[in-house]
Amino acid sequence: MLPLAQSKLHFFSLLSSWGYPMSNSVISTVRTIPESAAPETLQPIIRAERIEKYYAQPSQNRIQVISPTDLSIVPGEILALLGPSGSGKSTMLRMLSGLSRPSAGQVYWHGRPIAESAINVSIVFQSFALFPWLTVQENVEAPLRARGLDADERRERSLRMLDTVGLDGFEAAYPKELSGGMRQRVGFARALVVEPEVLFMDEPFSALDVLTAENLRSELLELWSRKTMPTKAVFLVTHNIEEAVLLADRIIVLGRNPGHIRTDFRVQLAHPRDRKSEPFTQLVDYIYKVLTRPEVAPLAAPDQSTGKPPRDQRQMHYQMLPHARPGGVAGLLELLIDKGGKDDIYRLADDLAFEIDDLLPIVDAAQLLGFLIVEEGDAAITPSGTAFANSEILRQKELFRAAALEHVLLLRQIRRALETKNDHTVPEEFFLDMLDEQFSEDESLRQVETAVNWGRYAELFDFDAARRRFILPEEPEPAVPIEDAE
Amino acid sequence: MKRNFRPLASSLVMTSTWPVFIDAGVAACGLAIFFTIVHMGAYWMQAPIPVVPISHSIRALPAYAAYSVVRIAIAYLLSLVFAISYGYLAAYNPRVEAWMIAALDILQSIPVLSFLPPVVLAMVALIPGHQLGIELGVILLIFTGQVWNLAFSFYTSLKTIPREMLEAASIFRYSAWQRFWQLEMPYATIGLVWNSIVSVAGGWFALIACEMFTMGDRSFQLPGLGSYLQTAASSGDVRALFFGIATVILIVVATDQLLWRPLIAWSDKFKFEQVESDERIVSPILELLRRSPILQSAPRRIWTSIEEPIFRRFAAAHRNEPTHPLDENISREPSLRLWILAVAVAAAVGWGAWQGLLLLRGISWADLRLLLAGAAATFLRVNASLLISALWTIPVGVAIGFNPRLARFVQPVAQILASVPATAFFPILLIGLVKLGGGLGIGSVALMLLGTQWYILFNVIAGAMSIPSDLREAASLYKFTRWQRWTTLILPGIFPYLITGMVTASGGAWNASVFAEYSHLGNRTLSTIGLGAQIDAATDRGQFPLLLLATILISLMVVSMNRLVWRRLYRLAETRFKLDA
Repeated sequence: MLPLAQSKLHFFSLLSSWGYPMSNSVISTVRTIPESAAPETLQPIIRAERIEKYYAQPSQNRIQVISPTDLSIVPGEILALLGPSGSGKSTMLRMLSGLSRPSAGQVYWHGRPIAESAINVSIVFQSFALFPWLTVQENVEAPLRARGLDADERRERSLRMLDTVGLDGFEAAYPKELSGGMRQRVGFARALVVEPEVLFMDEPFSALDVLTAENLRSELLELWSRKTMPTKAVFLVTHNIEEAVLLADRIIVLGRNPGHIRTDFRVQLAHPRDRKSEPFTQLVDYIYKVLTRPEVAPLAAPDQSTGKPPRDQRQMHYQMLPHARPGGVAGLLELLIDKGGKDDIYRLADDLAFEIDDLLPIVDAAQLLGFLIVEEGDAAITPSGTAFANSEILRQKELFRAAALEHVLLLRQIRRALETKNDHTVPEEFFLDMLDEQFSEDESLRQVETAVNWGRYAELFDFDAARRRFILPEEPEPAVPIEDAE
Repeated sequence: MKRNFRPLASSLVMTSTWPVFIDAGVAACGLAIFFTIVHMGAYWMQAPIPVVPISHSIRALPAYAAYSVVRIAIAYLLSLVFAISYGYLAAYNPRVEAWMIAALDILQSIPVLSFLPPVVLAMVALIPGHQLGIELGVILLIFTGQVWNLAFSFYTSLKTIPREMLEAASIFRYSAWQRFWQLEMPYATIGLVWNSIVSVAGGWFALIACEMFTMGDRSFQLPGLGSYLQTAASSGDVRALFFGIATVILIVVATDQLLWRPLIAWSDKFKFEQVESDERIVSPILELLRRSPILQSAPRRIWTSIEEPIFRRFAAAHRNEPTHPLDENISREPSLRLWILAVAVAAAVGWGAWQGLLLLRGISWADLRLLLAGAAATFLRVNASLLISALWTIPVGVAIGFNPRLARFVQPVAQILASVPATAFFPILLIGLVKLGGGLGIGSVALMLLGTQWYILFNVIAGAMSIPSDLREAASLYKFTRWQRWTTLILPGIFPYLITGMVTASGGAWNASVFAEYSHLGNRTLSTIGLGAQIDAATDRGQFPLLLLATILISLMVVSMNRLVWRRLYRLAETRFKLDA
């Protein structure tokens, strides 16, 4: 489905993935360079060797969450881990920080297995994970207490840290009395007060409003660049491309099913970075392109040296249905026509006041249905897309039905199964079982949910939620007017 | 530097006028407790007197009340310690977790009275020569009436701690000690407080029935409110009976106001919420306590000086340990030692069970037939009492719940009524029944009702209050008929609450059957056919095989009712009829 020619560009040895075409200008302006060219002299603080994560299933075939991956965290860098949901970003963070044991492979802390080392790291959590029954000061003191510091020193250090993050005067408050941004400041203070060597951050800004997040990001950068904190490396998990480009010295993009490294490169823009500058937007476009080309093309052969192949991708019959509503697809296409049929995806998100993450599934869905093509970060509408967008509602449903049956295997299968069965009903479980071969249990459920959504819109089938089964609508070709069109 | 967020004005006024009086009160409480301990100690250490004569004088009541309260308090503290240890072990040992939870489920289905002979005999044998033996027997009996739900509550709390909180504790290298005090205990507190209220109510229920009992040819009678009520009823002393019941109610209300309300208000700070909610329970007592300077500073200072070294020691002990992965215990092979231990335990349990079964050989077919008939009768009675409770509490509860002003007043009252031990009223009802000439067959249903209906009532009220007003407005806007209102709005809306109430009530009714179906009044024995009566009679006559079989039957019925009916309804309530999506 991807019309682009893929020039294979092997970034570095540790990737089992393949590179993506980059326009020369991107390469020249942002100077993304392979890791092999990065300073080799630095000893990594944390080094992961062929770590993977899988969950054993009763039915022999296990669910692979992350395929064998190498990764190291070296001193002096902010490393951002980007990826779509379900690519195992958080799992990776937990394995690297010693919170979760890899199913296979090993993580080293200064050359020693992490399971045998007393490590010094902190995590800033997305949900803050503050203890609501402790005051701000007690929250910040708690890690120091765990290290056996006496009361005076705890007090002195925690107050100093609260001062640093701008919470002077709030020591006696309880977290629930604070705003989200202030609470995350407490989270930062608690993480930094132990002077961690590596600071892990798990989507630390995504629960905050835009302005607060921006504010906190720049303060963090300031702390980091002024060396106010003794932290040697920062590991940031995020789904926000701009955030990664804004903060990181190095960016790793993960792909999903199972999680694997798609690309790993250095960002050498000087701080403070200007979001509007050409190199910045080009880098964002590049990452966006990587993210929007999922595994449509056949995967490269598994790395021979590993012995353990990642999941056999050829068995994956089902495309991943993007969780978008049909109404959203129509809306996007109409907007595109207004824009002359082609526009930069970032600008589209901007115009719609959407987070890029919310727009992605809609773009994916339109692409899957053949209504648009994504090229170089631009979305271009196809003739069938134009026809769809310009039709009235009943006709739209027909076109959607045709496109869905042509392009979406799952919908085709459901419809066919319903038509062949005598009672025109099929239990949900039947398809869940097939999807489970390929997706996690949660994802399978979401896939069915999306399929139901699309199938209902296209009037391909209906779903009996009480008895969890698919049914064929009474009239296969409904000629009745639609009562409530969304 | 420190900013205090409490409103300044009110706290200043209060602290300047009240402290001396309150501090004096607190000191008086301390003295009273000291005296009670000394007195109790002397009583416990005296030579055992199985049957302590009970006075009918009203002046004797305060002393009896004190004896009973001390029993309840000790039993409760034991339960709390046991529940926390048990819950902790179950939550953190995946190998025994399922077993421990199943055991809890079965143990809580066994009526308190079935524990009586083994527990009392064991204690009397363990501590011969002191009154303490008999006392501990009764205390342990009360313990069995209140411990299980506490253990369940603590276990469930541990299992529902949000993952990121555990991760924070792990990444910041909390010692087990610090994790317990800063994460696990605070997180479990609210559940423990609410379950404590239910537990102590259960404790009173058991206590009143168990202070006086016969077992084979041995009789026991301990000084306390339960014995007082029973002897008063036996001799037909209605005046004493009324004062006795008044004392029980007084204690229950006082506990509610002086202990539970302040505890609930205090535990509010452990609510796991990120935003402060508007609705909170206030307790004037807690406010007063918070303003007592002694209580504010002294315990905190003492506590810090104790806990600081402990924290330090734990921290030092694991300073150089690696981070503990949270998914650690998934794949570890059990060691040989563990296998041997497991086999040994299994063998011991198997042998014990076999011996138990051998004990059952002595039961005749006639006895068995009687037991089965009794089981059927009790089953019908329990469900009849549930049905009757539901029939009157649903309309009344909904009417109250839809009237917020009324509900605010009635709900705490219903809660207190549920805490008043129904066993205290049994003697009065019995006298009434005897006068009216009715048998215990119907009478025991009334006795069960006494204990169970309040649980359903206050849950229905809560359910009705939780129905959003916009749904009610929609119902009246679209001119729903009365039938439609009930079937599409009210019944589904209160369903989860109704089920919660019914589950609690059902457990209570089974437990009550043992006391309700069999009773001594003077030298007469009132009884009706029923499993509860058979358990009681078997204890009385010392027929342990019969007691064992009856107990097995009753807990079999309770457990299968729970699994087959209540659990399913509960799941339905959780999924389909949940109002807040």
